[in-house]
Amino acid sequence: MTEDDVVAELADGMTVGIGGWGSRRKPMSMVRAILRSPLKDLTVVSYGGPDVGLLCAAGKVSRVVSAFVSLDSIPLEPHFRAARQQGRVVDEPWDEGMFLLGLQAAAWRVPFLPCRAGLGSDLFRDNSRLRTVRSPYDDGEELVAVPALVLDAALVHLNRGDARGNGQFLGPDLYFDDLFLSAAGKRFLSVERVVETADFAKEGSMHTQRVSRMMVDGLVEAPGGAHFTSCDPDYGRDEAFQRDYAASAKSPEAWAVFEEAWLDLDEADYQARRQASS
Amino acid sequence: MSEGARRADVCAVAVAECFRGDGEILANPIGTIPMVGGRLARASFEPDLCMTDGEATLVANHEAFDLAPATKVVEYWNPYRSMFDWVWSGRRHIMMGATQVDRYGNQNIAAIGDWARPKAMLLGYRGAPGNTVNDTTSYWVPNHSPQVVCAAVDTVCGIGYDRAGALGESARFHEIRRVVTNLCVFDFETPDHRMRLRSVHPGVSVEEVRDKTEPELAVADSLHEVAPQV
Repeated sequence: MTEDDVVAELADGMTVGIGGWGSRRKPMSMVRAILRSPLKDLTVVSYGGPDVGLLCAAGKVSRVVSAFVSLDSIPLEPHFRAARQQGRVVDEPWDEGMFLLGLQAAAWRVPFLPCRAGLGSDLFRDNSRLRTVRSPYDDGEELVAVPALVLDAALVHLNRGDARGNGQFLGPDLYFDDLFLSAAGKRFLSVERVVETADFAKEGSMHTQRVSRMMVDGLVEAPGGAHFTSCDPDYGRDEAFQRDYAASAKSPEAWAVFEEAWLDLDEADYQARRQASS
Repeated sequence: MSEGARRADVCAVAVAECFRGDGEILANPIGTIPMVGGRLARASFEPDLCMTDGEATLVANHEAFDLAPATKVVEYWNPYRSMFDWVWSGRRHIMMGATQVDRYGNQNIAAIGDWARPKAMLLGYRGAPGNTVNDTTSYWVPNHSPQVVCAAVDTVCGIGYDRAGALGESARFHEIRRVVTNLCVFDFETPDHRMRLRSVHPGVSVEEVRDKTEPELAVADSLHEVAPQV
């Protein structure tokens, strides 16, 4: 399928999980397709990077569920900051580790998983969803009952995939992409390149084959699909592009210029333009 | 001050001292001077520490930065998922930054002002709640001022000793060991775990630290100016 086919499966008000971490291996071509669409009022669940910033800048988001939003080499995400400081989005804060348990709980179809992370912190002031639970065993300890992060849809980008939807990551970290897919109702995977199933072994060891077709409903072949975030070892982060993106938060005029140059065009034109400009 | 030692060197040594006695755990300093300090600790008096490359591996190399992939000596593949295993099993001492830190060691990196519409949105809570309730934590403050070392933080991300005390048994793994700033080192070795001035860097006076610290300053009896020693 195409990115636009994926977006056609989404609806206003949905809770959408986005894989990757910070400005690393984000499914940016699917994010760009959302930006081109009339979708609105989304709840975005993410280890946040420019996916969250772009969606906030374009007014697609009403609620962000995350432990951080960062561009890594630029620690603070300027578009997300602007949206927060202008009160345009609700921010439901999480702890990074809690977040993985929330996804795991959704994947395992249990209402919560316990942990110690979060006790005593202002997460209990700022995240009204959180509750504690008392251990039913002799210790009687009070723990955080991390609620399941159930997703309507998940978007993930990997290095390789096959036509049936099996996926392979070739970089240093899978992040939590398998959990995002497992926590979601509709699961979409984009990949740099589609290969024959038998050829996964030529690309990397079997340990890199961590996304099964049982986790995936739709596959998109998207070369350069993570641009401008990193997609090691296929390509690194486009730092110059990211700096321009960050600078476009300075004023509505700067954002309009960025939008016209990089967002008001389809994915093929985007990829052609960035290759011409690099 | 020993000849040629800059303030940054002094800070790196003070950071290294935070990890003294930690043994075979993951030393996880975040930021340039913390990274240098952590590497220094391992290269000198804490040889069993494990350290990350800032990405997804634990490396044996002592160089803190610019490791060419070919020269990287990997001890362990450490994706984020494994990182939380270390955090929750207590085998880690992290040194994080702090936009605000108060006298009990409560830390804020998330936002300044009201959470619903902050004056300044910062990083978010990141892993601070989980770090502090599960592991030893220290903080690095590169710009010591009354706004940073303050009476009360706007958002408690990393929990301090007052919050941990209120939790009781559930916070039994909590320890805020040190706060290293560009001027001095604080510890919490007082009866009620209130922040205490442990040492000042060479050339810094107690008065200067007092002026730049919002809460009332407790000062260690043994307070001294510390020259680099490692």
